[in-house]
Amino acid sequence: MTISVNGVEAMLPSDPRVSLLDLLREQLGLSGTKKGCDQGACGACTVLVDGERILSCLALAVQYDGRSVTTIEGLGTAECPHPLQSAFIAHDGFQCGYCTPGQICSAMGMIEEVRRGTPSHVTSDITAEVIPFSRDEVRERMSGNLCRCGAHNGIVDAIATLLPEAAE
Amino acid sequence: MIPFTYARATDVADAVRRGGAEAARYLGGGTNLVDLMRETIERPDILVDVTGLSHAITERDDGGLLIGAATSNTALAEHRAVRTRYPALSRAIVAGASAQIRNMATVGGNLLQRTRCAYFYDEAGAHCNKRHPGDGCDAMDGFNRMHAILGASPSCVSVHPSDMCVALAMLDAQVHLEAPASTRRLPLTELHRLPGDRPDVETHLAPGELITAIELPAASLAVRSTYRKVRDRASYAFALVSVAAALEVEEGRVKEVRIALGGVAHKPWRAWTAEAALLGQPATEASFAAAAQAELAAARPLKDNGFKIELARRTMVAVLGELAGEAV
Repeated sequence: MTISVNGVEAMLPSDPRVSLLDLLREQLGLSGTKKGCDQGACGACTVLVDGERILSCLALAVQYDGRSVTTIEGLGTAECPHPLQSAFIAHDGFQCGYCTPGQICSAMGMIEEVRRGTPSHVTSDITAEVIPFSRDEVRERMSGNLCRCGAHNGIVDAIATLLPEAAE
Repeated sequence: MIPFTYARATDVADAVRRGGAEAARYLGGGTNLVDLMRETIERPDILVDVTGLSHAITERDDGGLLIGAATSNTALAEHRAVRTRYPALSRAIVAGASAQIRNMATVGGNLLQRTRCAYFYDEAGAHCNKRHPGDGCDAMDGFNRMHAILGASPSCVSVHPSDMCVALAMLDAQVHLEAPASTRRLPLTELHRLPGDRPDVETHLAPGELITAIELPAASLAVRSTYRKVRDRASYAFALVSVAAALEVEEGRVKEVRIALGGVAHKPWRAWTAEAALLGQPATEASFAAAAQAELAAARPLKDNGFKIELARRTMVAVLGELAGEAV
């Protein structure tokens, strides 16, 4: 029973009650992933599992045996930030920073979803092979990540730097 | 969270063998069950993880689609055949929850999610017949703006929260069920119960019975289908009212129609009365309004939710008008 976290194998907990979030923070010392509501409402705990964004607070760690998790610590470092991390700084995509790791992991998953053609609630033609990026698409697709500082405009600007087609 | 044992089912036979135990629960993505366990509203002794079972979406010989119950909500919404042949289903799924939750949540789990009535969730502070039969219902005279206008009872006025199920009810979906000694199918419209005097019993599933798949019948009608959700904010909120509908018009008259409502009842509400009223009628706003009125004649408002009756009427008329515009 092991799980790969940012490329490092870790043991899964023996108690099945442990959430993936608590495994990351309390047992592996990866405190970048944040506990906000702990009930699936805020998105602060968003991580990538095999590239898909999920809420680690509602995930029982034992369910993710053999899977590969990427947290904010796996995306970049202070010395060598991921381009999206740099963009969040450049565009004031945060104020207190508590929601930021979840926002960034969520945006990474979101970009892949659009590239493979996952429709959203604001996609006008859901039968289209290629779904055009737009600021409205980014806003809708990021609605599961709350920012109580209200930095959403900066967040959308930062994400749009990775999506030239959504910049306008 | 109360201690429990966890087992990952290797196949359907293994799952139903384990799931037959008393106080066992099947676990999908956990987006609802884990939350309810943390609140000690759900108290299973055994969790049987069924996310490793079928998540295939396969074409059937008759032109329908068979969807494994472990399929994620996202995988179903983005599937090419669903987007092109059953657009209401794709639209309903992406109108629900957030992308992270849709990535985790399974189709089977979506069907069996429980109401988001705040009094149901308030284990410490509220009476709820769904949590504790006979305990009373604080929603009845409480803050009930989000609650039911159709099919409610003196025991329970909560609503079923799923968007996906509203589209499935409209599409005449069948639910495939497995138990150690039986295999059967149930129309989605007959899966969920109205509350009556046992709101704690939410479905017609036998104890331990497992949802293995959903079947969508072949239906050319479904190509012209859609889903509209009205909610308090533009995204990531439960429905005040929602409408799934499909419509076929021939020579200006309604040849075939299917309508289901969400956010109004303890189960996805198939609008059989409105459908019957519309057959053969001119595809006009007046007919749509009369049919909506007929369906909602049975609606009973609570203290805070009378607005839902007019909202449901207008949303039905708007959605049918949109589909009639496409059909002309």
